[in-house]
Amino acid sequence: MLSVTDLRKTYPAPDRPVEALRGASLEIGAGEAVALTGESGSGKSTLLHIIAGLDEADSGSVRVDGREMSGLRDGARARLRRARIGLVFQQLNLIPSLNVWDNLTFQARLAGREDRAFARALLGRLRLEGLERRYPEELSGGQQQRVAIGRALAHRPALVLADEPTGSLDEAAADRALDLLLELTRDAGAALLMATHSLRLAARLDRRLHLSGGVLREAACGGAGRAAGMSAAGGGG
Amino acid sequence: MSAPALAPLLAALGALASHWRRRPGQLAALLGGLAAATALWSGIQALNAHARASYDAAARELGGGARLVAAAPGATIDEGVFAALRRAGWSVSPVVEGAVRANGATLRVIGIDPVSAPAGLAPGVFGGGSGDDGGDAGDGGDGGAPGGGHGSRAPGEGDAARDLAAFITPPGLALAAPETLAALGLSPGARPRAQGGRPLPPVRPAAGAPPGALVMDVGMAQAALGLEGRLSALALAGPVPPAAADLPARLGLSMREAPAGADLARLTASFHMNLDAFALLAFLVGLFIARAAAGLAFEQRRPLLRTMRACGLAASTAAWALAIEALGAALVAGLAGLAGGRALARALLPDLAESLNALYGAQLGAELAPGPAWWAGGLAMSCAGALAAALGGVWSAARMPALDSARPTAWRRAQRRRTRLQLAGAAGAGLAGAAAFGALGGLAGGFALLAGAMLSAALALPAALDLALALAERAARRLGALAHWAAADARQQLPGLALALMALLLALGANIGVGAMTEGFRRTFEDWLEQRLTAELYVRAGDPAEADALAAWLAARPEAAAVLRESEARLRIGGWPVALRGAPDHPTYRERWPLLSAEPGARDAIAAGRGAAASEQLARRLGLGLGDELSVPTPRGPWRLRIVALFADYGAAEGKLRVNDAAMAAHFPAADRTRMAVRADPAAVPALAAAVAAHGPGAPQVIDRAALKARSLRIFERTFAVTAALNALTFAVAGAALFAALATLARARLAQSAPVWAMGAPRRALVRLDLAKTVALALGTSALAVPLGVATTWILVAVVNVEAFGWRLPMHVFPGQWLRLAALAGLTAAAASLAASRALSRTPPATLAKVFADER
Ligand SMILES: Nc1ncnc2c1ncn2[C@@H]1O[C@H](COP(=O)(O)OP(=O)(O)O)[C@@H](O)[C@H]1O
Ligand SMILES: [Mg+2]
Repeated sequence: MLSVTDLRKTYPAPDRPVEALRGASLEIGAGEAVALTGESGSGKSTLLHIIAGLDEADSGSVRVDGREMSGLRDGARARLRRARIGLVFQQLNLIPSLNVWDNLTFQARLAGREDRAFARALLGRLRLEGLERRYPEELSGGQQQRVAIGRALAHRPALVLADEPTGSLDEAAADRALDLLLELTRDAGAALLMATHSLRLAARLDRRLHLSGGVLREAACGGAGRAAGMSAAGGGG
Repeated sequence: MSAPALAPLLAALGALASHWRRRPGQLAALLGGLAAATALWSGIQALNAHARASYDAAARELGGGARLVAAAPGATIDEGVFAALRRAGWSVSPVVEGAVRANGATLRVIGIDPVSAPAGLAPGVFGGGSGDDGGDAGDGGDGGAPGGGHGSRAPGEGDAARDLAAFITPPGLALAAPETLAALGLSPGARPRAQGGRPLPPVRPAAGAPPGALVMDVGMAQAALGLEGRLSALALAGPVPPAAADLPARLGLSMREAPAGADLARLTASFHMNLDAFALLAFLVGLFIARAAAGLAFEQRRPLLRTMRACGLAASTAAWALAIEALGAALVAGLAGLAGGRALARALLPDLAESLNALYGAQLGAELAPGPAWWAGGLAMSCAGALAAALGGVWSAARMPALDSARPTAWRRAQRRRTRLQLAGAAGAGLAGAAAFGALGGLAGGFALLAGAMLSAALALPAALDLALALAERAARRLGALAHWAAADARQQLPGLALALMALLLALGANIGVGAMTEGFRRTFEDWLEQRLTAELYVRAGDPAEADALAAWLAARPEAAAVLRESEARLRIGGWPVALRGAPDHPTYRERWPLLSAEPGARDAIAAGRGAAASEQLARRLGLGLGDELSVPTPRGPWRLRIVALFADYGAAEGKLRVNDAAMAAHFPAADRTRMAVRADPAAVPALAAAVAAHGPGAPQVIDRAALKARSLRIFERTFAVTAALNALTFAVAGAALFAALATLARARLAQSAPVWAMGAPRRALVRLDLAKTVALALGTSALAVPLGVATTWILVAVVNVEAFGWRLPMHVFPGQWLRLAALAGLTAAAASLAASRALSRTPPATLAKVFADER
């Protein structure tokens, strides 16, 4: 479903160039939920950005659903991204000028596959009914993050990329948000790649990849995987 | 706010300055806006001050401080009165004053008697002429006590005595300022001819002569002006004889301090106020840029200020620092603006000088030398502007709590509050303008109304655009996610662009208003000229005898269908200069002369010598209407005339009264009768004109209607040249404001566009949407500028022009002009937007993606 081979990325810097990725490779199957751990500054965001087509690698290849991303122009990458990928960031990046409903359905409409019934159901599962007409500034942080999660799924992507999606929430809220994310991606049949520095949260996913020194290694999950995570819903922390 | 200690103030200033180093564009916008505002303001001030100084010089010429004995306003004094006063022991000196047209310009003729004239009357005239460093001549001062104590002034010994002889013996001398002679293209010794063909004395340069005037012996001046046997005033050269102190009053004369030259200042006051108003508008538009830049800089430095407050900086010190920073910017920008203003004034001076001469016969000096008051005033305006621009920041900094919350502003709530405030302000400004108009009336009231309308429209603009965008947002929902987002995003972007858009609105409104007024005037004027120039040929003979001979000769020519002789006398009514014109009762006038309004039987009343037609501006000045009676002072006693018609007389400063020629001859035996209008077959006009011009001995002046029309139109163009230039500059400044606002917003815009890009909108689409948004905002502003422009036209046509020039024009609107201006505004916006969105299209993806990174 997602296949990344030998990605290299060097950022120019005044004193010494930063080699953020030095041959990172990974494979994720359809519907799989994978955690990406690593210290701060290890290159997690860089990797996610390249997979999402937000940034370009110096070399290596990224295939989403069998389609090669590298080498595409901005327009083509944008089309691929809006159709197949959903993004959740720590910085919520809701669109401040649009209300909850329009934010939720934005990417679906952009991709030309708005499904109002699906979006309405999503709204219910995110416990956001009645808030459709509110604007982001009128929501709490947790509510905002739930809108962002819904927005990443409303267009039924094949792959959801999440970069520290719960980083700005307290532990309990983080657990609840992660529950929702896992539950909704599974129901949608989407794969999930989530960067986090929390081993506790990482343990609730199917697999864990550790990024260190610019390369990825399969790491012990340290938990019971997704099923266990679900059974622990609401009880984390 | 008490004065802060120096060290923290300096530290705060240094920290604040670091912002400008990182944002040179913002600094350029702030300084450029202030400089442009100062340049436009001070440039016009320099022109106005220069014109007023020239009028003062002209006014001083006729007796600054010298007291005059004058007839009732509008009348001249018989020479016999002069003799009677002299006999009674009055030490008076004769003065004749009037205007002639020569070499394409209107010149003031001042006639004095050099032997008996008091010091201070025509000071310095004998001083600097032709290398003659003349004796004890006046030094151009304000005409205080006479140096010799003998109460009259004689031009010294030697050369000066020869000058005096040359001055008073025919052909005499016409003394004029060197720059006046240069402007007329006359070299010393040349004898210009007045328009009627009357020869003037040979000219000689005299450094002390006022600009635009010819100073000559009183007898020569009488001949040049056709005022034989008449005097304009008597200058008092000694103490009043106690025994005969009441003689002038018994003769119907009165003492007067103010010289006749003050007319110019009075006639042109409205013209200059007009310019002042435009300068103020231009200043405001420039200020919008400065305000936009200062406001943005404050928002961006809020975190810095917060940090400094947390580190122990007093709120008052922060406010002081911002105020000092603003004043520093004002000094730098003010000096640059003053330099620009001087260049602007230099560039506009020729047009202004020509239109003032054509309209009012005023002559401006050629050298523009703004004094220290001008520099100080310009800097003061710049400082006031900078403080106005920075006021919001200084106020917020003074009240900023040490623990200012870092919460992002809730833009929707803030916007709603701001919109309410702006709408209240718009209503207030509109009402205040209307109230001021009601209370003040006149020109000042007209400008208050105009200012109120402009301010009100500017303040209402964001709300109106927001409403339009809200509707667009609803409609765009159906067009897809991107279009919908673009409309919603434009609403959010609005506050950041509001000031620039307001400036654009003002510039567009002024352009539409002034453009329509000018264009409407041009058409009215052309139509009017077409009708008004009833005859095919206009002739002016050199003197009355020649005129009689020429008229007889013309009457005998078969191609001349009619010879209409016109007479003219100049007098003052109600203190205003008036030309009384006599014309025969002829079908040409009955059929073709355009009247604004008339009583029934008006032509007959005029033909019978009972009625007169008054020019629009004269009627307005004297408050005359149809049916009013007017007493005209004449050498044969007062002449009661009924105003039976009003006619338009565009472009004339002087009031005019038209009466029957025969009746005029009865009241003014000495009236100038050298003009005639000739009706002829158009095909025969060129040959006839040539024949008239060759008719000896005085070489009469001939002009055909086409040439006269062309000359009048040229004067017209010049009159509005300065306004048009100001208009264009204001528009350019508004364009720059839009550009600066978009450029400074570009960085903040990235944070809005990046999430949309991340969700799969190609960058090119985003750049196109940005372009479309900006152009749409500019077009929306243009649409709202149309009603503002039409209102402006109305105020200009119905109030300001009437007050400033004395005539009212029909109102015209020009939709083609609206479209042109809207297209121009759209293009300006497109250029500004493309330049700004380079930020979006050039930013490397990694930087864009950083918007999402946690370390942001
Ligand atoms: N745009 C950039 N320019 C230069 N260096 C960057 C840029 N983005 C990231 N880096 C550097 O690359 C490394 C990896 O960063 P990042 O991918 O954000 O790590 P993580 O998300 O794991 O904290 C860091 O050392 C960071 O400083
Ligand atoms: Mg990161």
